[in-house]
Amino acid sequence: MFVFLRQTLAVAEAEVRKLRHDPMELLTRAIQPLLWLVVFGRVFGRLREIPTGQLSYLDFMAPGILAQSVLFIAIFYGISVIWERDLGILHKFLVSPASRVALVSGKALSAGVRAMSQAMIIYAVAALMKIHLRLSVGAVLGVLASIALGAAIFSTFSLAVACVVKTRERFMGIGQVLTMPLFFASNAIYPLAMMPAWLRGLAAANPLTYQVDALRELMIDGGRSLFGLPLDFAVDAIVLVALIGLGARLYPKIIT
Amino acid sequence: MRPAVSEAAARCGSGAEGSAAPAVETVRLMRRFGPLTAVDDLNLLVPAGAIFGLLGPNGAGKSTTIKMLTTLLAPTSGSARVLGFDVARQSVEVRWRIGYIPQLLSADGSLTGYENLLVFAKLYDIRRAERARRIQEALDFMGLADAADTLVRRYSGGMIRRLEIAQSMLHRPAVLFLDEPTVGLDPVARHTVWTHLRDLRRQFGATILMTTHDMEEADQLCEVVAIMHRGRVVALGSPADLKVTLGGGATLDDVFVHYTGTAFEEGARYQDVARDRRTARRLG
Ligand SMILES: Nc1ncnc2c1ncn2[C@@H]1O[C@H](COP(=O)(O)OP(=O)(O)O)[C@@H](O)[C@H]1O
Ligand SMILES: [Mg+2]
Repeated sequence: MFVFLRQTLAVAEAEVRKLRHDPMELLTRAIQPLLWLVVFGRVFGRLREIPTGQLSYLDFMAPGILAQSVLFIAIFYGISVIWERDLGILHKFLVSPASRVALVSGKALSAGVRAMSQAMIIYAVAALMKIHLRLSVGAVLGVLASIALGAAIFSTFSLAVACVVKTRERFMGIGQVLTMPLFFASNAIYPLAMMPAWLRGLAAANPLTYQVDALRELMIDGGRSLFGLPLDFAVDAIVLVALIGLGARLYPKIIT
Repeated sequence: MRPAVSEAAARCGSGAEGSAAPAVETVRLMRRFGPLTAVDDLNLLVPAGAIFGLLGPNGAGKSTTIKMLTTLLAPTSGSARVLGFDVARQSVEVRWRIGYIPQLLSADGSLTGYENLLVFAKLYDIRRAERARRIQEALDFMGLADAADTLVRRYSGGMIRRLEIAQSMLHRPAVLFLDEPTVGLDPVARHTVWTHLRDLRRQFGATILMTTHDMEEADQLCEVVAIMHRGRVVALGSPADLKVTLGGGATLDDVFVHYTGTAFEEGARYQDVARDRRTARRLG
């Protein structure tokens, strides 16, 4: 058991050390969500059509954009796995005695750490934009946990996809196809109440919805979670465990 | 004598069961990819302590064999044992005890040499105090101490290979698998790698199973070679014996040509050649 944890941490540590060598990457990746916040949020905030309860639209969408930025990066995580396979790095990990679950969990954990560091940048800009952030220690820790969980889910999903499609070209195609539906079939930038029934059904099956729902309460002053935080976290935790199981099963297949 | 190491690390030391069982033994080992039989009915016996060479042209099935022995690929049929452990059913036991250096470059360019070693020391669960000592020793042994804190993407091909060997010896594997260890290296770097492999065997008593399509390498390094062609072993013996069998001052090159036909590239698909070139370019 402890061996398992140490091996998981070793895999995550490798990824985090890479980030330390290349911090610019984090900055460049924060640009896109910032544009969403600044441009999209400001413009749509003028419309009074979107029923966001007592929140301003900007306050309403900020958690959605944070979750989205995590999603967009995590969903392409599989590319780096394919890259490591092409180089031969992955072969050596698979020959090590670490269990496949430890290898996949370590990757998920590192995606979580990466997402948390990106969230800090978005938080800083959100504060500048006078979005009403809750800045209590508990709330911020909750946000970080939620972000790490979301990143772990979508990066593991991405890893599983990479193990099936195996080549960079096919993966890029599929990644593009996956991101937008995941984003739009969620409550990220409009409330569930506004959706037609079929879309609401899809959104209810989308882990992103639960992440955004939790973030709304944890991040925004006056924000309320629709399903309640325990349910939000429980659903996503179960999804993560299932995905790690799947990813661990598929992981060795990437080299054949 | 050995300082306190973790249970796991101790297990991968010179396992007691390893001394009795041969390092590698395969029985009718076979692997298919769709219609293609990459490894066909392979029976190999590698005694403990040997440097064993698997020779053959591109596409002969060498890498596929190594991948099965290192638990990366499941055999289609037949069986293989490493140190007495079945690669399919006891894969974790096998993994604790072996080292593997793939044909492709396997060190991570975006980490330093030290970090590459650190991560693997942790994956093999070598405990902290022992870890620092072994990493330092590996760096010294491979002549990489000065480059330890440099990102590996700035290393030369020869340095990367040496780092990979350093990585693979951290946990003192009883069997070390190397797939084309010197492909794409310049002659000086090649000789350095050879020297290190010999030293490694002398110092740690590891069995070495390597593939190569380079006759000089086999002649210089290997005590026993098996020549593979289209998934089968077509000749087996010490380089000297094989030359004698052919008679008339034959070189190992002659032996190779005799058993595999003249066409060196025969059986090699575009993919194989492309991959070798790619590796060579990256190393060059
Ligand atoms: N994953 C794979 N899928 C399909 N064919 C493969 C795969 N790996 C190897 N092969 C084929 O199996 C044969 C043996 O390949 P390989 O073991 O790499 O040869 P070698 O290492 O001796 O050059 C080749 O024809 C190769 O194209
Ligand atoms: Mg090969």
